[in-house]
Amino acid sequence: MAEPERIHAVPVRYPGRWISAAVVVVLAAMVVNALVTNDKFAWPTVGKYLFSEPIMRGVGWTLILTVASMAIAIVLAVLLAVMRRSANPVMRWVSWVYIWFFRGTPIYTQLAFWGLISVLYPALTLGVPFGPALFTFDTSVVFNATRAAIIGLALNEAAYLAEIVRAGLQSVDRGQSEAARALGMKEGRILWRIVLPQAMRVIVPPTGNETISMLKTTSLVLAVPFIYDLNFAQAAIGNRIFQPLPLLVVAAIWYLVITSVLMVGQYYVERYYGRGFDEHAPTKGRRGSRQGAINAAHTTPEIGPTDDMGRPAGGGV
Amino acid sequence: MSTQTSGLDPNAPMVELAGVHKWYGDNHVLTGVDLVVPRGTVTVMLGPSGSGKSTALRCINQLEEIGAGSIHVEGELQGYREEGGRLHRLHPKKIAVQRARVGMVFQRFNLFPHMTALGNVMEAPVQVLGVSKAEARERAAELLTRVGLSDRLEHYPSQLSGGQQQRVAIARALAMDPDLMLFDEPTSALDPELVGEVLGVMRDLAASGMTMIVVTHEIGFAREVADQVVFMADGAVVEHGPVSQVIDAPTEPRTQDFLAHVL
Repeated sequence: MAEPERIHAVPVRYPGRWISAAVVVVLAAMVVNALVTNDKFAWPTVGKYLFSEPIMRGVGWTLILTVASMAIAIVLAVLLAVMRRSANPVMRWVSWVYIWFFRGTPIYTQLAFWGLISVLYPALTLGVPFGPALFTFDTSVVFNATRAAIIGLALNEAAYLAEIVRAGLQSVDRGQSEAARALGMKEGRILWRIVLPQAMRVIVPPTGNETISMLKTTSLVLAVPFIYDLNFAQAAIGNRIFQPLPLLVVAAIWYLVITSVLMVGQYYVERYYGRGFDEHAPTKGRRGSRQGAINAAHTTPEIGPTDDMGRPAGGGV
Repeated sequence: MSTQTSGLDPNAPMVELAGVHKWYGDNHVLTGVDLVVPRGTVTVMLGPSGSGKSTALRCINQLEEIGAGSIHVEGELQGYREEGGRLHRLHPKKIAVQRARVGMVFQRFNLFPHMTALGNVMEAPVQVLGVSKAEARERAAELLTRVGLSDRLEHYPSQLSGGQQQRVAIARALAMDPDLMLFDEPTSALDPELVGEVLGVMRDLAASGMTMIVVTHEIGFAREVADQVVFMADGAVVEHGPVSQVIDAPTEPRTQDFLAHVL
């Protein structure tokens, strides 16, 4: 049979795309021009401080605060979300009150409270309420500025994340836990192995959002007071040299860089939890389909006996 | 004083429902179901939608709680323990143990989408029975081969057709070595040309001596495989017996009416 002649049609022209591209290029050039030619930005000063030691230390501390508080918050949030869905009414109530309180009060106030806790309670005592004490800690040692900052950020964030996790858990089809239950799996295993991994698809994008938001919320740890983060570092230098603007730009550049790195990380996390849902995602199926191709070629004996059930479609009814 | 009623009795029928009632609020969906399923037999449940066939099936492996009556599987009371003349609800962990002996296949497959076919079949043996991964993998590959999917081991459910997914679901249930298999309209969500491959697997399973209860609309399958046909309407069993009786010569007008519509 003759090969049919392929269609070689003239594509539709979209002049609007070229016009909009030109407009965007001009606007971008204007913005760059406005930034570069205005010496109030003091670009040499920006360059001088961008990799300076106090700024780099600030970047480091801001990263530590962000990562540590998010890690604690995620664990706590899963716990709170599971409690919220628990059959135990006490657990549900505790979770509800926690979320209500920590979402309902300002983060700045919470951070100030954790900073002041060693003033409010100089000694932490573990023991029977109104009864004998078993252990006593010096609060100012346990809650030093770093720990107070991380705990303050984490406890607040957990309340928001708990609702995100709850939404994720709710998004998983009921048939999933039913199927697992029918197989004899216990509730804890069902949550951990079946429901949570699927909920992650819904949980990850808003959690990425929260992480980026947390990166900048760390600037509020001044309330503790914790004074090594990026924002404090840039403000300290800016005030000292009477040039706040270039230092604000320095901080903005670093926040933007870290955010970009976090976004790349989020992409990979999303891809991992999207396995089995997005057929374009790389899967272990490659190996399977190669095996499939080998089997389809019928050049090798198939694995196992092709007995009564090995055959393809049955004969109908 | 306490009478120990739990424990398997090898002489008892596989399943015995006695006066089972189920309410959803004020909605009385099961109005006294009596049913005996002998070991090694296939029971097909027929009936119009809303007649309670699926609910009855879901009660057997305790996906639904019953409101009155009793269900015994292999002579063991399901969901409760009788002690001192009272019923005590079993702890969820005990219920999980009872469920592990009963395999279930769902209308919508309910495969775990984040796991490959192999992962789906391995999951319960590893997580419930504590089988080693290597052993579970070998057995899963064997079961998937048995249902004709030896070339789909590493595929995710989204990469499989409906008929293939349902066959994985059957392999997943068989991986627990159940004594009883429940099928809840296993072919209703399939395209017509894919129904045959699932029924083929079920037919072979029945031939291997598995005790099965199948809720379906496939009269042809019932005719071919069923030892017992149960016709349900309005939450109760209206008529039951062999194919020759219930399908070929129904005596109840509701059965006659239903079959006139389906055949």
